[in-house]
Formats: sequence, structure tokens, C-alpha cells
Amino acid sequence: MTVTKTSVANDIHARLEPGEELLRVEDLAVEFPIRSTILRRTLGTVKAVAGISFDLRAGETLGMVGESGCGKSTTGLAVLRLIEASGGSISFHGHNLAAMGEAELRPFRREMQIVLQDPYSSLDPRLTVRSIIGEPIRVHGMAEGKALRERVDQLLELVGLRPEHGSRFPHEFSGGQRQRIGIARALSLGPQLLVLDEPVSALDVSIQAQIVNLLERLQSELNLAYLFIAHDLSVVNHISDRIAVMYLGRIVEVGTSDELKTSPRHPYTRALLSAVPVPDPTRRGLGRRIVLEGDVPSPASPPTGCRFRTRCWKAQDICAEIEPTLDGVSTHIAACHFPESA
Amino acid sequence: MTAVAQNRTIAPLLAVNDLHVEFRGDERTVHAVRGVSWDIRPGEVLGIVGESGSGKSVSVSSILGLLPSPPAVVTGGPIVFQGRDLLTMPERDLRAIRGKEIAMIFQDPMTAFNPVRTIGRQIAEAIRVHDRSVSRSTARDRSTALLAMVGVPSPEARFNQFPHEYSGGMRQRAMIAMAIANQPKLLIADEPTTALDVTIQAQILELLEMVRKETDAATILITHDLGVIAEVADRVLVMYAGKVVESTSILPLFQSPRHPYTLGLLGSLPRVDVRMDSLYSIPGQPPNMALLPPGCAFAPRCSLSRGRSECRERPPELTRSGDSLSACHFVAEMDQLTRTVSEEVGTDIRVGNE
Repeated sequence: MTVTKTSVANDIHARLEPGEELLRVEDLAVEFPIRSTILRRTLGTVKAVAGISFDLRAGETLGMVGESGCGKSTTGLAVLRLIEASGGSISFHGHNLAAMGEAELRPFRREMQIVLQDPYSSLDPRLTVRSIIGEPIRVHGMAEGKALRERVDQLLELVGLRPEHGSRFPHEFSGGQRQRIGIARALSLGPQLLVLDEPVSALDVSIQAQIVNLLERLQSELNLAYLFIAHDLSVVNHISDRIAVMYLGRIVEVGTSDELKTSPRHPYTRALLSAVPVPDPTRRGLGRRIVLEGDVPSPASPPTGCRFRTRCWKAQDICAEIEPTLDGVSTHIAACHFPESA
Repeated sequence: MTAVAQNRTIAPLLAVNDLHVEFRGDERTVHAVRGVSWDIRPGEVLGIVGESGSGKSVSVSSILGLLPSPPAVVTGGPIVFQGRDLLTMPERDLRAIRGKEIAMIFQDPMTAFNPVRTIGRQIAEAIRVHDRSVSRSTARDRSTALLAMVGVPSPEARFNQFPHEYSGGMRQRAMIAMAIANQPKLLIADEPTTALDVTIQAQILELLEMVRKETDAATILITHDLGVIAEVADRVLVMYAGKVVESTSILPLFQSPRHPYTLGLLGSLPRVDVRMDSLYSIPGQPPNMALLPPGCAFAPRCSLSRGRSECRERPPELTRSGDSLSACHFVAEMDQLTRTVSEEVGTDIRVGNE
């Protein structure tokens, strides 16, 4: 397909109707070389993301959940081409980002932005809040002078801050307010997709709820699609329409939040769900908790066959031989040889 | 819940009375703990919950004299442990209690261990520092047995490994082994599972429960996570801005919260066990501890206060309300507020009512 630059620009900035496919990721893989410290030789590779596929529709939230090292954050970065994928395709509005050069990619950057976990290290301490939020707008040449000023004021109010906050520096704000600044910066170019990488994990519970509510309001006001990455299943479950569960670089289950919560099919999802502490002391000791043994294996040498088999209580011989594929009916799919019935 | 925990006639193991902690700087003084009193009985699990800066960790660190002074100044007291005041005790005597009678489990086991010594050597040292009559080889055997007890696989080989060779969950197990090495009467666990993944957290909570049964040590569990509290605590203190705002047994806390802050925390918690339409959010930010208002520190964020003069002018005292102690002038209106908040989030916040 040959398209001129202008026509690309016009069609990707068009807004999709809620429910239309915005992003389709297929067979995405990201590898990191393991180098010896002295000879700089490559000793092996870590497949942080080992071939995953998912889609995301306009106005939808896809939650991506898993434990440290499962590849969820790497996925988010690779989707935005902030790190390079080693395989697979990322199509945004039908254009494959993975095959593009930097210049070609640039108009797409406006449409997809990221909010990071740590509101303390992700804001330049030497810039005022106004410069932090206004910088992307200037860089993309979208506004300057009075128009830029007004746009930043508008963004500050959108995230629940006041225009006079613009002249202050990041250190003058609390964690929750800083996360609002990070969100305003991500929204400054009017994106259609936000990758939210653990956006509330560093915040206290009461502030966490404020930010979750803010994100929900912004989504419905601006028809944003969210890729919401977090380790906390209760937060992910609350905010997401659909959830993908990752384990050691693979997606093991995808389903709607309700499907996953009420009838998880993959043993890992069941274990993850049962491990979430429930704020209800009357349910204590009801034996609902599945405690997994051991730790996650190293992604540099994952188990053969099913990657979860070393910690799975259902594992049989076949699990060591054949890696299960994502399978199931309609929206609810799981990669397990012995899934729970839905 | 343990039988001991319910029996309030047994003498407390540790009693903290009117504890104050200030951090004095050149320009300003931060009053981090502003007069807290509580006690814990043998075998009991006391949960202390609160957000960053609420004073939950500081109040407990001050018990063991772990705060650097200056800038920390601890006043009030006494803090009575087995009949003796820890605050006025000479450092020498305190050292004999620390790590023996009272042991601590920290949040981050990577920084709590010495990185250049093997795990085994550090546990053995914890034993020998309190009892020189234990030989090196006995200490070694006991350390290995402790590692095995807390579920570290192949403990003999693991004994000789360094902290960085352990995974996060395994390090936390080793820290628990070290903490219980001298059969302490009181274990203080400061956010013991916060740095861990949820499946590993489940393992560690299970281990702490096992340890509690084996050693019958009383446990103080400091956490920001009401879910963890619900799983393990017998009794709970809710702290806000350096004060205890609610003190109660585990069930009343979740069945009928008696302070608007507790209610706000419960309502802002996303849950996987019930469906919530939206999260309740406590408006505003935690207060600047150097510039606290004269009345109730929670008043500016409180949906019960609504600017009433009592809240602005007079700090509320902890007083009895039903099964709980609550520091709120308008505790009588809590049932109404609970209904309002429950409606807002779309589920009854009180457990056993959904």
C-alpha cells in the first residue's frame, strides 16, 4: 500500500467511533540480549515479550496484568515504538507502525501517549508545570504564544488543577497532583490512545481512587482508548472493559473483566485472583486462596511447553511438550491444556 | 481470631502511652506523631493502617529507638514493655531487647540485609549477638533449620548465598527467619509484603500466620492495605496525620466504620469480590504536617464536617462509640454517611451486607 504523507496524516487524526478497532498487535516479540560484562559478547537473549496478539477499540480500556518481569511494561513501550520490537506487527488505524521509519512515525506519536508510574522521576524538575505540559505542543508545532497558554490552562483544568499551578515546579506538588500533571502532558496533543503504565501504583489508596476516577471521566469525555498496565488485579479489574493476563512474556488469558473475575479459565488467573487480599474479614480462612509454589522462572530460559507448568497444580506430561495456544469461545480465551470450564 | 486477642483482661505485652514524635529542623518542626496510645497483648495481631506520612511507621520505630536523633525527638510515654519503660531505658538494655524480645521485619529485604555478607552468616550473627554461649556451629545449624522452617529450599546451600542471589520473596522469608531466630515475644512487620508480587505476598502472609502459630509472638503489622489487614489482624488502629482516628476489633472496622476517614478508605478500595460502580474518592491531599489546622486534621477533606466550627476549632478525642473508639465530633452521623457513600459506589461498603 502506498500512501502519501498528507493522506496518512489526515486519516490517522480522524476520530473513530467508540467500538471501532484502533490498535491491533500481532505476534509482538521483544528480545533483550544478555551481554557478558567484559567481552561484550552476546551470551543469550531474554524474550521479554514472546509473541503476543491483542486488539484495542476506540474508547475501550484493555487491562494488562501480570507480575514483575512478565513483559507487560515492555509491551506498552513496544506498542509506542519507544523500544524496538524484534518481531510482529503493530497496526494503528490500519498502518503498521513496526515497519515505519522515525519520520514516518512522527504524526502517529501525536495520537498515542504514555503515562508513567513514578510521578517523581517522570517530570523534569527544572521545568515549570506550564513548560512540561506545553513542550509537546510546541515540538509538534500545534500552538504557540497565547494559544499555547490557553491550551495549557485548559489542560490543567481538565485534570483538576488550576491555571495558576502552571508557574510552579514539580517538587511543589504531591504525588497525586504530579500524576495529574503527567496525565495533562500525555493529553496535550489530543491523543486517541494512552498507554498507562502502573499509573496509580505509587499512590496512596485515597489518591489512587481520585486518579482512577479522573481517568474514567477523561475517557468518556475524550473517547480515549487505554492500555492499562498494572500488577494490581483489583485496580485493573475495576477500570478495564477487557483484561489480558500475562505470564513470562505470553498472554495466558483474555476476557471481559466480568468473565475473568467470575469464571477465570487459566490456572494462573485463578491463582492471581485468589491471592488478591479481600477487604472482608468474614471471608478469612475460607480456603479460597491458592498459594503458588516457588518463583517465576527466568525469562532467559523459560520452561518448555507451557511456561506456567512448573508452578501449576494441574500440569501433566503434555504441558511440558506442547505449548498451549489461546483458545476459547468469543471474547474469553485461555492458553491451557486443561482450562476451567467457562 | 486468637482466644487471647479477645480476652482483654490479660495484661498487655506492650503499652504505648501518649507518644509524641517531632522532627526538628532549622526552619520548621514536623510533628509526625501527635499523642498516640495503644497496647498489644500476647499472641495478638495488631494492624496499623494509614497512608504515607500518617505516622504509622514512625510511631513504631520510635518504640525501639530506631529514629536518628537529632532530628527526631520522642516525648511523652511511657512505653511499657514487660513492666519496663523503653523510652527511659539505657541504650545497653534496649540493645538486649532489640532483635531478641522484639524483632522487626522491614519492607525492603534488599536494603535490610548487609549485601556483602551471606544470608546465613547474618542470621547466625543475630543469634550469637544475644547469646555468646552459642557456638558458631550450633548457630549455623539453627540458622539452617530456621531457613528450612520458613520455606527456603535447600537451606544448606542457601546459607552460603548472598542477599542478591535470593529472589524478593525468598529474601523476605530469610528476613522472617532472622526475626524469629531468638523467639521474640513481639514481631513488628512494617509493610512486609508491599514490595512483593501478589502471589508471593500470599506466600508471605501464609508464612507469617504459620510463624505466629508456632512462636505465639504478638505481631504488629503496619500496612496501607486494608485487604491485608482483613486477612490477618485481630485489632486495628487507623492513623491519620499522626493520630489514631479509629481503634477497634477487626469485624467492627469493616462492618460499621466509626470514622469518616476509615469509611473513605474502604470506599476508595477497588475490589474483586463485589461489583462497584465507581470508587469513592476522599477529596484533597493529606495535610502538610508542618502546618496542621488547629481542629481535626481530617476536617478539610471530610464529607461529614461540612465546615462546622467544632471540627475547625477543637481536635476530637478518641471516645467510645459502640464497639469502637473514634476521634470524630459527629460520630453519631456515621451510619447516615455510610449509606450515602454506599449508594455512591453502588455497593454496601459494610461487609456482610452486600
